[in-house]
Amino acid sequence: MTDHTHDPVGPGHDDDGHAIRHDGRLYGVLAEYDTPGELIEAARKVRDAGFTEFDCYSPFPVHGIDEAMGIKRTILPVLIFGGGFAGTCGGLLLQWWCNAYSWPWNISGKPTWSIPANIPIAFETTILLAVFTSFFGMWILNKLPQVWHPFFRNERFNHVTDDAFLLGIEARDRRFDAEATPKLLTDAGAIGVENVYLDPDPASRQMPKWIAAFIVASTAFALIPFAIAAKARTSHSAEPHMHIFPDMDFQPKYKSDQAMDLFADGRENRGELAGTIARGSLNADDLFYRGLDRSDSGGAWTTKFPAQLDVNEQLVKRGKNRYEIYCAPCHGFDGRGAGAIPQRVAATGGVWLARNLVDASNPVAIHMPNGQLFNTISNGYNTMMGYAAQIPHADRWAIVLYVRALQRSQNASLEDVPPDHRSGMQMPEAPTP
Amino acid sequence: MSTTDATVASHHADAGKAREAFRSVTRDVAWIAEAPKPHKLWLAVLAVALVMFGIGLYCIYVLVTTGIGVWGNSNTVDWAWDITNFVWWIGIGHAGTLISAVLYLTRQTWRVSINRSAEAMTIFAVMCAGLFPLLHTGRPWFAWWMIPHPNDMQMWPQFRSPLMWDVFAVTTYMLTSILFWYMGMVPDLATFRDRWAAKGDKLRAIIYGTLSLGWRGSARQWHRYERAYLILAGLATPLVFSVHSVVSFDFATSQLPGWHTTIFPPYFVAGAIFSGFAMVFTLLIPARHLFNLKHIIKDEHVEAACKIMLGTGMMVGLAYATEFFIAWYSGNLFEGFTFINRAFGPFWWAYFLMVGCNVLVPQAFWFKKVRRTPVAIFFLCILINVGMWFERFVIIATSLARSFLPAQWSEYSPTRYDIGLFIGTLGLFFTLFLLFFRYAPVIAISEVKGAMPEAHAGKKH
Repeated sequence: MTDHTHDPVGPGHDDDGHAIRHDGRLYGVLAEYDTPGELIEAARKVRDAGFTEFDCYSPFPVHGIDEAMGIKRTILPVLIFGGGFAGTCGGLLLQWWCNAYSWPWNISGKPTWSIPANIPIAFETTILLAVFTSFFGMWILNKLPQVWHPFFRNERFNHVTDDAFLLGIEARDRRFDAEATPKLLTDAGAIGVENVYLDPDPASRQMPKWIAAFIVASTAFALIPFAIAAKARTSHSAEPHMHIFPDMDFQPKYKSDQAMDLFADGRENRGELAGTIARGSLNADDLFYRGLDRSDSGGAWTTKFPAQLDVNEQLVKRGKNRYEIYCAPCHGFDGRGAGAIPQRVAATGGVWLARNLVDASNPVAIHMPNGQLFNTISNGYNTMMGYAAQIPHADRWAIVLYVRALQRSQNASLEDVPPDHRSGMQMPEAPTP
Repeated sequence: MSTTDATVASHHADAGKAREAFRSVTRDVAWIAEAPKPHKLWLAVLAVALVMFGIGLYCIYVLVTTGIGVWGNSNTVDWAWDITNFVWWIGIGHAGTLISAVLYLTRQTWRVSINRSAEAMTIFAVMCAGLFPLLHTGRPWFAWWMIPHPNDMQMWPQFRSPLMWDVFAVTTYMLTSILFWYMGMVPDLATFRDRWAAKGDKLRAIIYGTLSLGWRGSARQWHRYERAYLILAGLATPLVFSVHSVVSFDFATSQLPGWHTTIFPPYFVAGAIFSGFAMVFTLLIPARHLFNLKHIIKDEHVEAACKIMLGTGMMVGLAYATEFFIAWYSGNLFEGFTFINRAFGPFWWAYFLMVGCNVLVPQAFWFKKVRRTPVAIFFLCILINVGMWFERFVIIATSLARSFLPAQWSEYSPTRYDIGLFIGTLGLFFTLFLLFFRYAPVIAISEVKGAMPEAHAGKKH
């Protein structure tokens, strides 16, 4: 038992409970007083004698003693204000950062940053940080926790938390005198004055090794989750992640296109029932939906435009807009088949063929009826895929119209331009194929 | 110091009396923790509480491994017993903060006899309350997603939702309550430390010594301690009002008839204080009898609390009347229907239980004879707790079961897991409270001493 002074038991007893007196260096004197009132008077005398390294000890806060001892008002309220203010700013910043800056998120059309909705949380963070500052700030300013103290070695001192009123002067005070100081305390009405000595063993004034080891070990253990998280962030793993409750991740249900033995065809997807058509899918008008002219008995590609559409400048512009989104990447803006993709593939040494839609020397596209052009857009041609899924019917007709405009304009002569627009125009040289 | 002067001798006699008074306070509180064997009744109640807690643990196990479908909640009545219990428990907690903070700021010295146990009650009640929203998520191990942190999912909490305000308010409240309670307890834990040290019980002295952080009771420490305590009380006071206001926002910011009303924050806060005082005295009336604390928790203190319950009970009654008035005065068809349905619809019995227990029962406190009869107060407090539970149930379940469209209407009845979990939280609460009462300083020893006339002994005026 060498660590008597680390524990708060208040040392001074060996294992058998016998009092031991270690006479180390003198730490200070303790004087006991009968009542709170006498303690206040004694404190005033000690202060008037010029002592600074002294303190009073009582089971409850004795009112009036602060003034007698000359204790200055603590700075704690200022710190707490600072903590609270940091809480307000931090709370507002947090909400602005999350909901208005890092990931603006439209919730029922509410503004992403609106003070009224952010006040409750800013208020709570204000209180929280102010509370933390009060609690932890108070202990830090009081230099606690400190479970050992030389005065704990004194028997009288252990009644401070019960019924005793003590005044202690430390020997390091420059006015301290081993003879005069105890006399001063006695004259102030003490019912007992005792010297308190430090433990002669300096090791006993340090933290026991097992406590230090415990702190180091528990800190190290506490860091393990952070180390695992850091490793996970910087490395890759081929293992699937853990499923603690697999019912959420693996639900007993079928997803699209899975096999299923419940039906005779083994498919989970159920097709349309024979003789039924889904709502909005009738598409009875062959001319508009398929480009077929059924005026004769067989049905051939129409050369007209459907009656639903007004063929005018607006429709040409719509066709241009759609053409430049869906068609121009391959066929080019002028329809000559030199779009960005063929150019790019050629530049990297490959081949990507896109039909020249306006070529008068090989007029396949020029000779196609409107209905066939429409069908080509809908269902594809050679390696070109169909665009029925992306482009609505009316827009496909608009594209057909625009392709007709391109074919006309790319093969035009000066005679095609109205006479009053011809002045200053020059025909460009035909590009060499 | 040997003198024959008569005045000095009488002075010493007075001083001896004062010291004896301080010692007796210490002794009367500390004996509970120092008794070698606990009271038989204490053991019996603890056993019951542990069984109840066990039932709750089983219900949590079933809930977590199965899903919240085991509750009676449905797509229409999606909040029911769980949120009722949450609001009820949180409200109970508020009386603890009110007693420790608001009555401290208003210099009501009678609070010192009950503040410690009321604060403990706050913490245990908030722990029970927190369980419900946590479990209602269905996957409580993902609850940390509500704490804002950078993550792979690029997901931040939605701070414009009152449910997020709840997270912050309840967390702040929990932490503040714990710190306030613990800080108040440190000087008394030091008393326990010194008593166990004097008895030579090294293990307990080390445990209480560590918990008391080496408190020395020095005037310089007391000075900062008192400042911090005063400011904490000042911070806890607006906090307690904000917490229950935010809880009421969970309802008030929605569009549902019966919820969408500005009266909710003050109405909820008054109800919280009302139910909290009822719970404090449900606990303390038997406890002060069992542990011989009647000379510290005096009849005057209980009487003062009865008056507070009478006052807050009438505020709650006024709120009920105001709700009905506004439902009629607003001319809103849905509001009008909601309130008629509350009183005369399928849950009429819950509504009249609520009005009976919360408005009629506290009227008994007009009579001094009732305020001075602890047994009567104990049973009236239990009735008030029942009434306040039904208040939350009525607000939540009846409004949801009969919202705008008749096609949405639904019935509600709890399952055994709803009931079992509620019983479990009662068990948890009583278990923790009993442990606290056995092992912690249940009365604020240093504050009681500071409030005694002997605290001014020997002072010159």
